[in-house]
Amino acid sequence: MANTLLSIRGLTKAYPGVVANDDVAFDIGKGEIHALLGENGAGKSTLVKMIYGLVQPDRGQMELDGAAFAPTQPSQARQSGVAMVFQHFSLFDALNVAENVALGMENPPKPRDLAKQIQEVSETYGLPLDPYRTVGTLSAGERQRVEIIRCLLQDPRLLIMDEPTSVLTPQEVEILFETLRKLKSEGTSILYISHKLEEIRALCDHATILRLGKKVATCTPAETSARELAEMMVGSSFATPQARTVETGEVLLEVRGLSLPSPGGFGTPLRDIGFEVRAGEVLGIGGVAGNGQDELLAALSGERTSKPGSVLLKGNDVSAMGPTERRGSGLLSAPEERLGHAAAPNMSLIENGVLTAGRRRGLVSGGFISWPKAKDFAAEVIERFDVRTPGPGTAARALSGGNLQKFVVGREILQSPEVLVVNQPTWGVDAAAAAAIRQALLDLAAQGAAIVVISQDLDELMEIADRFGAVNEGRLSELRPVSSLDMEQIGLMMGGAHDMEVAHADA
Amino acid sequence: MDLSSINPALLVASIMISATPILLAAIGEMVVEKSGVLNLGVEGMMITGAVVGFAVAVTFTSPLLGFAAAALAAAALSLSFAVLTQYLLSNQVATGLGLTLVGLGLSSLIGKPYEGMKAVTLPKLDIPILSDLPILGTMLFRHDIMVYVSLLLVALVWAFLKYTRAGLILRAVGESHDSAHALGYKVVRVRVLAILFGGACAGLGGAYLSLVRVPQWTEGMTAGAGWIALAIVVFASWRAGRVMIGAYLFGGVTVLQLNLQAAGAAVPVALLSASPYLITILVLVTISARGVHGAPASLGRPFHASS
Repeated sequence: MANTLLSIRGLTKAYPGVVANDDVAFDIGKGEIHALLGENGAGKSTLVKMIYGLVQPDRGQMELDGAAFAPTQPSQARQSGVAMVFQHFSLFDALNVAENVALGMENPPKPRDLAKQIQEVSETYGLPLDPYRTVGTLSAGERQRVEIIRCLLQDPRLLIMDEPTSVLTPQEVEILFETLRKLKSEGTSILYISHKLEEIRALCDHATILRLGKKVATCTPAETSARELAEMMVGSSFATPQARTVETGEVLLEVRGLSLPSPGGFGTPLRDIGFEVRAGEVLGIGGVAGNGQDELLAALSGERTSKPGSVLLKGNDVSAMGPTERRGSGLLSAPEERLGHAAAPNMSLIENGVLTAGRRRGLVSGGFISWPKAKDFAAEVIERFDVRTPGPGTAARALSGGNLQKFVVGREILQSPEVLVVNQPTWGVDAAAAAAIRQALLDLAAQGAAIVVISQDLDELMEIADRFGAVNEGRLSELRPVSSLDMEQIGLMMGGAHDMEVAHADA
Repeated sequence: MDLSSINPALLVASIMISATPILLAAIGEMVVEKSGVLNLGVEGMMITGAVVGFAVAVTFTSPLLGFAAAALAAAALSLSFAVLTQYLLSNQVATGLGLTLVGLGLSSLIGKPYEGMKAVTLPKLDIPILSDLPILGTMLFRHDIMVYVSLLLVALVWAFLKYTRAGLILRAVGESHDSAHALGYKVVRVRVLAILFGGACAGLGGAYLSLVRVPQWTEGMTAGAGWIALAIVVFASWRAGRVMIGAYLFGGVTVLQLNLQAAGAAVPVALLSASPYLITILVLVTISARGVHGAPASLGRPFHASS
């Protein structure tokens, strides 16, 4: 086919114990936006790593514009016109925008010319950016612009985008889509990786769906319903959480005038946050990553104490208490970062269970740990939340991200908290397991607990929260009932595309 | 106390001499740490440089050959650190401490036959016009070549890190090895080269101690200079210019307290001798209390290109 840019045939890559890609084949046309769809662990990232030269396939061929294409390192792929916008891991916080861009280029021009080019490209594609700002001070949306501009400066023929919208507000997503459509009209092909079905239906010409390393289908997303796409992705239909009636009780958690300075060089200070959550209620807190979510969780969990009277649990001031005391009084939490924050990577699931549940579940008495009870507790979490692991003695780091997430959230839920604060409870979890976690949170609320869900997944918040608020630069917006909100309003609460205007003013 | 016995011109001149070994070791270690590796073996590499430099210089009666041999020997020692930490992924702190112990032991073994010998030292340069300037000439322009080499090295390292692409890559590797790897840079290769450079610099610093500053070989003669160099890198917030300030500050206090001792200051001698170390600790604490350090984000973290 003369119109094909990249053609993939029989691509196979196995890692010890798992076949990440099994005989995958599809074509990407010139000037086409092609979606790569699949759950976590379906082999999407391995596939793009092979296209970008980070990983070599065991078998199979690729052809780029009719010529054999087998990059052994990213610089070869870049020279052939393949560029990639990473989801994580490719920016350097302490360096400025121009330096970051230069690092991703094969033959960067002189710094002054590069700064000028960055400004030109950013204006052409509506992605304003100051080349001399330090990347650590940029918002998530601006960071992504750095990555995109870095790619665009090399005139790519194929642009790979790995889950680009997970960190953007709805308004920023629209701007990004405009940029991508403009690129497409100029003949650039885009390989767009995502598991957000509506986005793919709005943007992409074709979609290839992967499941467990195998290609399931290539289809035209505009003609396929989101439901059909989801079922192809998961391989079966899954339960959506049941609707429920909300009967709220007394106020369990109250936060008043909570302000805390930024914890480190690139953190966010909390500014005068106030809200209350009642028994049986789920409060959803959204916002673009890095606007104070982690800091808010730390202030609620007790990792950072705040001034007297700012955090009240059932009317008692807990502001000065540490995490253990707050747990004792019924305020539990599960942070976002699974390895190293929510769980100790090298310790077994049993030990990790004791670390937070020791007191509430009576696993410790007189300073001694009862290992049989601890083991039973870990086994109970594994059983109830369908954690896929050889057994409770497995080290936390050996679990896949989604399975560990199920464990750390389940561990807190089974301690029957009165107030539970979770940050990104279903981050990186496959659709079926995410539904199970959400259902467990709803069940917990139905039993009379107050729940605060901090999440960047707006669909998730719309699904389970009763009221919604957004954090933006450490401030919490007004809280509104979810039933009265639409995406437009939520976007405005999250700060809209506000940093675009800021960037304009800078220029 | 007779302060008039202290000659300001000679004082400045001896501060420069006293600061040079630490400056050499510290600028090398700064490059290593900028690449994200914490090598605590500076003391061991310095003393290895000191003994090898001394031995070669005495044997061939050529101080320059001594310096070259010192740089090579210390770089070879640092290569063992590089292999252990970068390829075999051993713990950097433990390996660095081990390197210091190996260096101290190895140096006393090699140095035994050379104890009590007199070094062949570097000649003082005689720069036309500049050396003949009153006061300034004595202060700044009648030193041996290594003093100027060390200052030149600081300027080169500064320019390398700030203006060259290789320097940018080195900083990027130290800042986030995962990102650098994702962009296709050879993290391990960059780090090994940085470690070798750091080793060579520490070796030069050690040789300067045994060939110029003291100048003879005694066991354990570095006396903590390597540790001070490590502290100075932190003090300098990983900036070349500030490494120079730090080294000269430490050198200054060392020389000043010696002069004060000679002048008969009414302060216990033990306290004066300890003062350079006390001041280093004081400055470090003050700087740390300020909060922002500018440490490379990947400093001391092992890198393995998995998946």
